[in-house]
Amino acid sequence: MELIKSLTKSNAPSGCEESVRNIIIDEVKKFADEIITDTMGNLIVHKKGKGKKLMFAAHMDEIGIMVTHIQDDGFIRFAAVGGVNAYNCINSKVVFANGTTGVVSYEQTNGIKDLKLANMYIDIGASDKESAQKYVNVGDTACFVGDCAFNGNIVISKSLDNRIGCYALIQALKKIKNNTYDLYFTFTVQEEVGLRGARTSAYKINPDMAIAVDVTRTGDTPSSSAMDVKLGSGVAVKVKDASVICHHEVRESLIDVAKKNNIKYQLEVLEKGGTDAGAIHLSHEGVPSGGLSIPTRYIHSSSEMSDLNDVEECIKLIAAFCER
Amino acid sequence: MIKNIEKLCNICGVSGDEDKVREYIINKITPLCDDIRTDSMGNVIALKKGASSDKKIMIAVHMDEVGFIVSEITDKGFIKFQSVGGIDPRVLVSKRVVIGDKRIKGVIGMKAVHLQNKSEREKAVAENKLTIDIGAKSKKDALKWIEIGDYISFATEFEQFGNGFIKGKALDNRVGCAVAMELLKERYDYDLYVCFTVQEEIGLRGATVAAYAVEPDIALVIETTTASDVSGTDEHQYVVRLNHGAAVTLMDSRTIVDKRLAAWLYENGNKKGIKTQYKESNAGGNDAGAIHLSKEGVKTCAISLPCRYLHSPVTVAAKDDVNSVYELSRLFLQNTKSIMKIMR
Repeated sequence: MELIKSLTKSNAPSGCEESVRNIIIDEVKKFADEIITDTMGNLIVHKKGKGKKLMFAAHMDEIGIMVTHIQDDGFIRFAAVGGVNAYNCINSKVVFANGTTGVVSYEQTNGIKDLKLANMYIDIGASDKESAQKYVNVGDTACFVGDCAFNGNIVISKSLDNRIGCYALIQALKKIKNNTYDLYFTFTVQEEVGLRGARTSAYKINPDMAIAVDVTRTGDTPSSSAMDVKLGSGVAVKVKDASVICHHEVRESLIDVAKKNNIKYQLEVLEKGGTDAGAIHLSHEGVPSGGLSIPTRYIHSSSEMSDLNDVEECIKLIAAFCER
Repeated sequence: MIKNIEKLCNICGVSGDEDKVREYIINKITPLCDDIRTDSMGNVIALKKGASSDKKIMIAVHMDEVGFIVSEITDKGFIKFQSVGGIDPRVLVSKRVVIGDKRIKGVIGMKAVHLQNKSEREKAVAENKLTIDIGAKSKKDALKWIEIGDYISFATEFEQFGNGFIKGKALDNRVGCAVAMELLKERYDYDLYVCFTVQEEIGLRGATVAAYAVEPDIALVIETTTASDVSGTDEHQYVVRLNHGAAVTLMDSRTIVDKRLAAWLYENGNKKGIKTQYKESNAGGNDAGAIHLSKEGVKTCAISLPCRYLHSPVTVAAKDDVNSVYELSRLFLQNTKSIMKIMR
């Protein structure tokens, strides 16, 4: 619980993943043979094994905003970092790395029909440009505010996408005793802006097989669009999304391990959206890749919701797979 | 440098047809380089050895410009075309162009305004409704000068005007080429690979393979970027302003520049009296998008010349800004040692 709290609280929009990386390094250093931070900022945690190279990837970054302009009247204009929905932003709070909090709102004359980020601004309560610049400057990034809350086994927080995936990888690493594979647990950067960290880290590792660990949406809320994944129905084994068609052997092996170990799983076919596997499977001469997803509602909002029971199944499956 | 920009801008070199630009550049820079080669895509990779060969610095400037390609010749001898790179069709009607190696003159035309129905008048004209008139009497006549697949450029001559302004076609990115040529006159701490890239305008293609070949330790892209500091735009949407200096990218649609790298350029530029501004938008993309994801990743930054009316027949920029782009790029090259220390 404490680890989930501190991971989700980290302020790490794409390109600014340092705070998450530091937490992870602290957690995993006792369990790793080698830890590398590469050029892009990916954290590669190597746990040696005799077998083939198996890469796991969970992205550390979250969506957020970057300041593009500070007006003479002290209001701040911004651009999205990753897939930020304008409607989710209305009157929500953002926080900068230095702790400055702002409110995102919109130009009233345009109304909220066809709302665009270009017609929105951040208000930190500054009376003019000069006083705003004491706290915030062009190029600064902020993440959305959404405290981590627990209802029993349900967790609600910002950035469960994908700190809950990072959490699953960390916990699995701690569990693994006799790994058959040569393991590379990779915590990637800049997934939300286009799977960028996964691409360069996969090139560096050159794995024989890869599995991305991320969140996926569910189809179990009132009148939601069709999707077979449900909260609480176990870890989702990815079949395909918009970025990757999972390698059948990887998918079948994951299912096989789940069945043998009594791990609750469901299958995921995601119509839109992608994961790090999308970049990894096209690295070098091609890498057989798959995905494990944690069912999550309200993705890319400040109130994402996951079920810790599903997370637990995910951890068990990762660990069992590594030891198979 | 302005003289060189004039010559470069007047050359036609639409994506995939950069030969004449390449030839011009190779002729000029060969005496300045320790090695120069053209790769299979057509990128020119020029090496200027540094005091040390421990590290490799890459500069990327694209040679290609947006334009068109001949797709069909009608029975009456009019030329149908497709655009190469992103061009707003609204800027095309009545513009002068040149076609192919023989530089055949043409005018982009459409049917007369009184013959257009209401919806045609109200909507922006689509590219496929336009044809180029080369003054041919028939298809047979046109075929004497034109072939399917010939490239088409805007027929704009470079000019200086107003109070320190320049205008022309292809400032994007011949200005970058000219700046890079100037930078090759000096030696720096590390080996410098200046890559004059092809096919940037259609998807950063040349830079993808150039970066793969060079394997740089750090890279700088010298480019142009949209300035919308014109009437009808709110100040927060200007992106950059003319005469406010070199524009440093923080983030665009293809790249997030390492904050420390962008900040180094912005702060040290201004400290040294080089006018430097941040690009205040996340739109657009340039060769940095391809380079920074090459192999295991490359720290890459971008310095751009603010330009009004990019990807149109006439682009406008300020001479002072050209100088700032050169000075800031030079400052980067003179300090790669300390910059790489910060990045560690």
